[in-house]
Amino acid sequence: MNTWHSIRQSPMTALGIALLTLLVFLTLFGPWIVPNDPLTVQMSERLQPPSWQYPFGTDHLGRCLFSRLVEGAQITLGLAAVVIVTVAVIGIPVGLLSGYVGGRLDTILMRIVDGAGALPEFVVAISVAGFLGPNLTNLLLSIVAIKWMGYARVVRSIVLSEREKEYVLAARVAGGSAWTVMRRHLIPQILSPVFVLAALDIGKIIMLIAMFSFLGLGAQPPTPEWGAMLNDGRPYFQTVPELMIYPGMAILLVVISCNLIADGLRDRLDVRSR
Amino acid sequence: MKDTKESMESSPLLTVNRLSKTYSTAKGAPVQALQDVSFHIRKGECLGLVGESGSGKSTLSRLLLSLERPDSGEMYVHGVPLNGLTGKALRETRKQVQVVFQDPHAALNQRLPIWRSVLEPLDNYPDVTPPFLADVRPNRRETAAKLLEMVGLLPEHLDRYPHELSGGQKQRVAIARGISLRPDLLICDEPTSCLDVSLQAQMLRLLKRLQRQLGLSYLFISHDIVSIRMMSDRILVMQEGRIVDQFPSDQILSEERHLYTKQLTAAVR
Repeated sequence: MNTWHSIRQSPMTALGIALLTLLVFLTLFGPWIVPNDPLTVQMSERLQPPSWQYPFGTDHLGRCLFSRLVEGAQITLGLAAVVIVTVAVIGIPVGLLSGYVGGRLDTILMRIVDGAGALPEFVVAISVAGFLGPNLTNLLLSIVAIKWMGYARVVRSIVLSEREKEYVLAARVAGGSAWTVMRRHLIPQILSPVFVLAALDIGKIIMLIAMFSFLGLGAQPPTPEWGAMLNDGRPYFQTVPELMIYPGMAILLVVISCNLIADGLRDRLDVRSR
Repeated sequence: MKDTKESMESSPLLTVNRLSKTYSTAKGAPVQALQDVSFHIRKGECLGLVGESGSGKSTLSRLLLSLERPDSGEMYVHGVPLNGLTGKALRETRKQVQVVFQDPHAALNQRLPIWRSVLEPLDNYPDVTPPFLADVRPNRRETAAKLLEMVGLLPEHLDRYPHELSGGQKQRVAIARGISLRPDLLICDEPTSCLDVSLQAQMLRLLKRLQRQLGLSYLFISHDIVSIRMMSDRILVMQEGRIVDQFPSDQILSEERHLYTKQLTAAVR
C-alpha cells in the first residue's frame, strides 16, 4: 500500500493527517519558532494590526498573538493527549474485567458506569472542576471523570461478544489463564475500536478544554490556552474581532483534523463496513 | 495382565454421574438442557453421542470442558472430580481433556498465524512433552511443523493465516491443536458438520488414525448417525436433555433399541 494510493483513496483523511502533522510540529518546535515571548506585556503595543514583528497582531495587553497561539497548541494538544491516555488506561481494564469476569463484578462496575453516565456530562465536569477549584489539573480530572465510562462500555461490549466465540473457548480449554486469554486474543480485538473512539474523542476533548477555559474553570491567565484566549478577546469582539477569530480558527482546525483522521481510521479499521 | 485390565474397567477414564443443567431464559420457562445424565468412557474407547440439535449435546461438552458449571451431578476424570475446580487445579485437568469444535472458522483466531494457534496449548504448559513430540519439543516451530504433519498439513502452512486455508485445512489445524498435549480425552463436538460431505469421511479417517496412533479416547458428538456409527465403540442417544438409549455400536439395528434410536436410523436406511 503506497502513500499516493492511500491519499487518492481518502483525500480528506490525508488532509487531516497533514494538518495535524503541522500542528504537532508547531507543538514540538513552538518555543524556537515564535517571534516574541508569549507572556510579555507591553501596554504601548496593545491591539496592534499584523506586522513583520507581530504576524497576527497583538492582544489587549500588547502580547504577540501568533506566539500565544503557537504556545497554546502545546498546551491544548498536550492536555488532550494526557486525557486520552488516562481515560484509556482506566477504561480498558475496567471494560476487560467487567466483560471477561462477568457475574457480580460486572454488575457492580456497570451500575457505577450507568449511574455516573445518567448524569449530564457537562454538569458533572463543571461541578468537579468547580468543587476542586479552577486550574488545569482539576480540569483534566473532571474530563477523565466523564470520559472513561464510554471506553469501559465499548471494551466490555466487544469482550462480551468475543468471549463466547469458539477461538476464545478453545484458548481457555488450551489452558490459558484469564490474563493469557485477554492478552493474546481479546486485547488485540479491542485495540482498533478503542483507537477509533479515541480519535473521535480527541476533538471533543479539545473543545471541552477550550470551553472550560473560556468559562474560567480551566487554564488561568496569563496561560495562552486557546479557550482562555477566546475569553480574553471577548470584550473587544466589536472592535478587534481577530482576538477571537484566531484562537477560534485554531480550535476549529485541530478538531476538524482529528475528526477527519478518525473517520479515515474507522473506515480502515472497521472490518464490518468494508 | 488380567488384573490391569480389570482395574482399568473399574476406574474409567471419565465418569459422569447424574449431571443436570438448567438455563434460565429472559422470559418464559427455564430450559432443562441436561437432566440426570450419567455415563462413562473407558480408556482408548470412542463413545458416540447422537441427538438432534437442542438435545443437550453441546451443553454436555461445555460442562466437561469446564467452560460452564453444572447445577448438580458429578464428573470425574481418572477418579478426580472436575466440579468446582479453579485456577491451578483446573489448569491441571485441562491438560487431560481437549476439544475440537464444530466450526473451524470460528475456532481459530484470525489474527494469529497457524503455527501460533497450533502451539497455544503447548505454550501454556511448558512442562508437558508428549512422547510423539519428544525430539522436536525444544524448538517451537519444529514442534508446530510436526503437529501439522501429523494431521496431513505441510510446513508451508505454518505461516499462513486462517483466511488463507480451506475449511478442511482449518479443521485439521484445530485437530492438531486438540491432540498437541496428548490428552486422555478428546471431545469432538460435531467436528465434521461444517465441512463438505466429500471432506467428512477424510476427517473421520484422520481422527480414527490419530486415536489408534496416540491411544486417545474420544467423546464423539454428532447429529449424524452414520459418522457416529463409523467412529464409535458405544453409542449414547440423547433426546431433550436425557440419555434415552445406550448400546454397543454393532447393536444399532437391534430390535431392542429405543423408539427414538429407531427413528434416527430409519432416516438414513
